[in-house]
Amino acid sequence: MVNLREIKGRINSTKSTQKTTKAMQMVSSSKLRRAEQNAKAYVPYMEKVQDVVAAIAGGTNDVSHPMLTARPVKKTAYLVIGSDRGLAGAYNSSILRQVQRDINERHRSKNEYTILAVGRKVRDYFVKRDHNVSAEVVGLPDQPSFADIKEIARNAVGMFTDGTYDEVYMYYNHFVSAISQEVTTKKLLPLTDIAPVAGTTASYEFEPSAEAILETLLPQYAESLIYGAILDGKASEHSARMTAMKNATDNAKDIISDLSLQYNRARQAAITQEITEIVGGAAALE
Amino acid sequence: MKTVTVNIVTPDGPVYDGEVTMVIAKTVAGDIGILAGHVPMVAPLAISSVKLNKADGKTDVVTVSGGFVEVRPDKISILASSAELAENIDVARAKEAQKRAQARLQQKQSDIDVKRAEAALARATNRIKVQEGNI
Repeated sequence: MVNLREIKGRINSTKSTQKTTKAMQMVSSSKLRRAEQNAKAYVPYMEKVQDVVAAIAGGTNDVSHPMLTARPVKKTAYLVIGSDRGLAGAYNSSILRQVQRDINERHRSKNEYTILAVGRKVRDYFVKRDHNVSAEVVGLPDQPSFADIKEIARNAVGMFTDGTYDEVYMYYNHFVSAISQEVTTKKLLPLTDIAPVAGTTASYEFEPSAEAILETLLPQYAESLIYGAILDGKASEHSARMTAMKNATDNAKDIISDLSLQYNRARQAAITQEITEIVGGAAALE
Repeated sequence: MKTVTVNIVTPDGPVYDGEVTMVIAKTVAGDIGILAGHVPMVAPLAISSVKLNKADGKTDVVTVSGGFVEVRPDKISILASSAELAENIDVARAKEAQKRAQARLQQKQSDIDVKRAEAALARATNRIKVQEGNI
């Protein structure tokens, strides 16, 4: 006979798990809302910077800058944006799989590339597999401000400028909707694909010179691209966790209903058996 | 007097949006005053404050930590990695940052550290100066 108390125990433990996952789901959904707001607040800045960069880089052909020109690639950097904590479904694993696949395809030796890790999960993954991790950020707040990510952004751009590596790819989860995220790969540096924006026909005067402006503008642009990707990644993280926790809560509900059925059956069986025994005993007395 | 729209945006959101008669800013090459109808121009800014003279005679002051200004005849945009209206500056925080930067400068470690500490010191000092009103 199935042990009644054992089933009861399992029902209770599943119930408490369900409470936790339910709470995490609600926390994630409110964080997601905040993250979406942040991403929205950031859009005007990004658009403006893009506008100006396109106007300068696209308008005057005779400007050149190290960050705009491709050079022979000796070393590649991968900026991988993941999360600090798990329990977010396939959020980290899908991005890590993609990075690993690209690395396996492109490189023979570990000296040909380096990793810039955002998020503890990402760092742990690459450190454990003995890859070169040259910069890392862990413990980013759920609503990162520009100041929080300045360091890694500056590092990423700085090491490109001083020749530590010759190109940078950025991997992050793009937030499509609350239930869907998409692993996105972007070539961050050199900035070769600046699309000229239609309608910005204004020819600017540069004070003091176009080169001097690119000098300050391009790092700022690259840093803001990174910030945008991190904001996007954060929104995806919260939505991925929300979905994962919702599924966990639903599963817990199914398990509880199965277990309750089992429990009631066992209870009924026990009662039936008891009655049979009493009846049998009474019959034996007569 | 003719006015022009001014936007100050940072990665953390817009900071200022309004109609002004003149913008006075400090670029890396020197101070400039921009009126409505200025030729299109782009210039990097120094760590400084931007004065915005409004039509009613009042002046708003915004601190910026670098960035640049983009001028179009009908619109001026200032893009900075951080910016605050003078009345929103957290003086206690700025003073703390100033102390930290000074301490770091005294230790004098590697070259990059000094540059960063100097920039941090300049930002903090700038904020305190603007807040106290002697710009």
